Amino acid sequence: MKALCWRGKKDVAVERVPDPKILNSRDAIIRVTTTAICGSDLHLYDGYIPTMKAGDILGHEFMGEVVETGRDVTGLQPGDRVVVPFTIACGGCFFCKKQLYSACDNSNTKPELAEAVYGYSGSGLFGYSHMMGGYAGGQAEYVRVPFADIGPCKVPSHLSDEQVLFLTDIFPTGYMAAENCNIEPGDTVAVWGCGPVGLFCIKSAFLLGAARVIAIDDVEGRLKKAREDCGAETVNFSRVDLLRTLDEMTAGRGPDSCIDAVGLEAHGTGVAGIYDRVKTAAYMATDRPTALRMAIMACRKGGTVSIPGVYGGLLDKLPMGAAFSKGLTFKMGQTHVHKYLKPLMGRIERGEIDPSFVITHRYKLADAARAYAEFSTQKDECVKVVLKP
Amino acid sequence: MAATLLAAAVKSVAGSESGVARVVNKLPQARTNVSANERWLSLIAGGTVAGLCLSGRTPPLLSTILGTGLIYRAMTGNCVLYQALGVSTADSTRPQSAIAAGHGTRVDHAVIVNRPASEVYEFWRDLENLPRFMTHLVDVDTTTDGRSHWVAKGPLGLKAEWDAEIVTDVPNKLIAWKSLDGADVDTAGSVHFTELPGDHGTEVRVELKYDPPAGKLGTAVAKLVGRSPEEQVKADMRRFKQIMEAGEVPTTQGQPHGQR
Repeated sequence: MKALCWRGKKDVAVERVPDPKILNSRDAIIRVTTTAICGSDLHLYDGYIPTMKAGDILGHEFMGEVVETGRDVTGLQPGDRVVVPFTIACGGCFFCKKQLYSACDNSNTKPELAEAVYGYSGSGLFGYSHMMGGYAGGQAEYVRVPFADIGPCKVPSHLSDEQVLFLTDIFPTGYMAAENCNIEPGDTVAVWGCGPVGLFCIKSAFLLGAARVIAIDDVEGRLKKAREDCGAETVNFSRVDLLRTLDEMTAGRGPDSCIDAVGLEAHGTGVAGIYDRVKTAAYMATDRPTALRMAIMACRKGGTVSIPGVYGGLLDKLPMGAAFSKGLTFKMGQTHVHKYLKPLMGRIERGEIDPSFVITHRYKLADAARAYAEFSTQKDECVKVVLKP
Repeated sequence: MAATLLAAAVKSVAGSESGVARVVNKLPQARTNVSANERWLSLIAGGTVAGLCLSGRTPPLLSTILGTGLIYRAMTGNCVLYQALGVSTADSTRPQSAIAAGHGTRVDHAVIVNRPASEVYEFWRDLENLPRFMTHLVDVDTTTDGRSHWVAKGPLGLKAEWDAEIVTDVPNKLIAWKSLDGADVDTAGSVHFTELPGDHGTEVRVELKYDPPAGKLGTAVAKLVGRSPEEQVKADMRRFKQIMEAGEVPTTQGQPHGQR
């Protein structure tokens, strides 16, 4: 089959590889019908994530048709059309039973690596480094899905691939981030980052009852999407004093909750931005937490800072004094996708949201390398890329 | 040195309140589980080995380890292997600990398994299941008389074999086993199952001991349990938990990839 393989920093290529096989009795093989490139795939592409090996198949947002199931897979038949969560979860451990699926104890095949860095290991992920289990991803014609009786969710035939594909990751990720804000009627939510996850944060905040959402970015094309497709008020942080602007927009109170949908590759401005870039280049810090610093400073007293943006290591100069004195709540982590699949599928079916609005580019899988290059350099127009095998 | 130690040992076995005995008595978890007669025998044997060592008739390292161990056994009345097995030849009604600190290779490790204690116990009690998660085991065959035959992988394609029996079996709580005479490897192990409050699962605490004789297989056995026995047991217990909770051991072996 054809599959998009990681070769090294800023180097990916579509290669011919063997078809996947059933390896365990709860596996299924899916023929991929639509897949996407995620913003977090760019962290791999840019070489930020350790424990990648040349030849690793990327991709964790994919859906398709079941072609084969292992003998212990119940509730799934060849021919079923399914979306597959990017997190791999066993369904039987303490964490899965608590619906904390991305903290699954058993699905990471190489937990020692994450344990060495973080003390504990989260679940395995598709196509996201050997530290996360080394599972082959879904930017391919076929993919093997472990624990297929727990993960894949059947899709009603009247919904198109593009309407449901983002249930695999970015829609639940944005939704969980908004849910973590404990939004109350009338609340104002500020969202840093108007990439696909940020856009779903905005939509989800409104679905959960927010009165206002303020979207923050420095890419005009993305701010336009936040305004026109999601109904947010927008602020270009490169043109204004952001904290002062947020303070003025909320009459001195600050947003009730702040979402950092940017993560470790934030493009900071001014002295702090340069400082972060120098420190990470010198390996004195690993992440650049510009957005997170701002979110902490802006949030109102007793508010919540919700972090769907990915962080991988050590952060420098976080204003913990401000966080403490305001009594902030922090919520973060990988998305427990399994928990949200059915409820959000319901919202799509009822017409409350059509997630396909984020798509700006469509490519053939064969052209995936070009799609990565475009996605990583042309953030203005290129918001979300889908690939068709 | 050996003579001084021997003298102190004689006093301690004879009941004298010598300083050495008092110090030894303070050693943690060293319980008396060896009978008085056995302690005298250990002392004589240990003394003999120490004597041979002094006379230069045996390799010094070997005799020192063996002699010191036997003298320790005599002085303290504690046999580490006995304690590991939860058995005792001493006249004592005190509860037996499953494993003590000691020499040889001893590893303990605990995991929490999200299944009822009864289910976890049942799986382990069928010793033939052990090779499914203990990768150094090739095979365990149980026979009708409660005994079992174990085959383990050694280095260079060697195999080590032994017969074992279950010495303690408390349903849903504890299983302890030990190898029988004539084993290539003296081994003992125990596993405690403790159901945690609420829905917090079952704590499974395994304690394993390999007590290699200083015989022909000594070196092989040292390698048998790997360079880091702790890492091996940890990986074994991880697989055990995966089988109990997920029904399988997750893998990526055999999946496709591009050019490496």
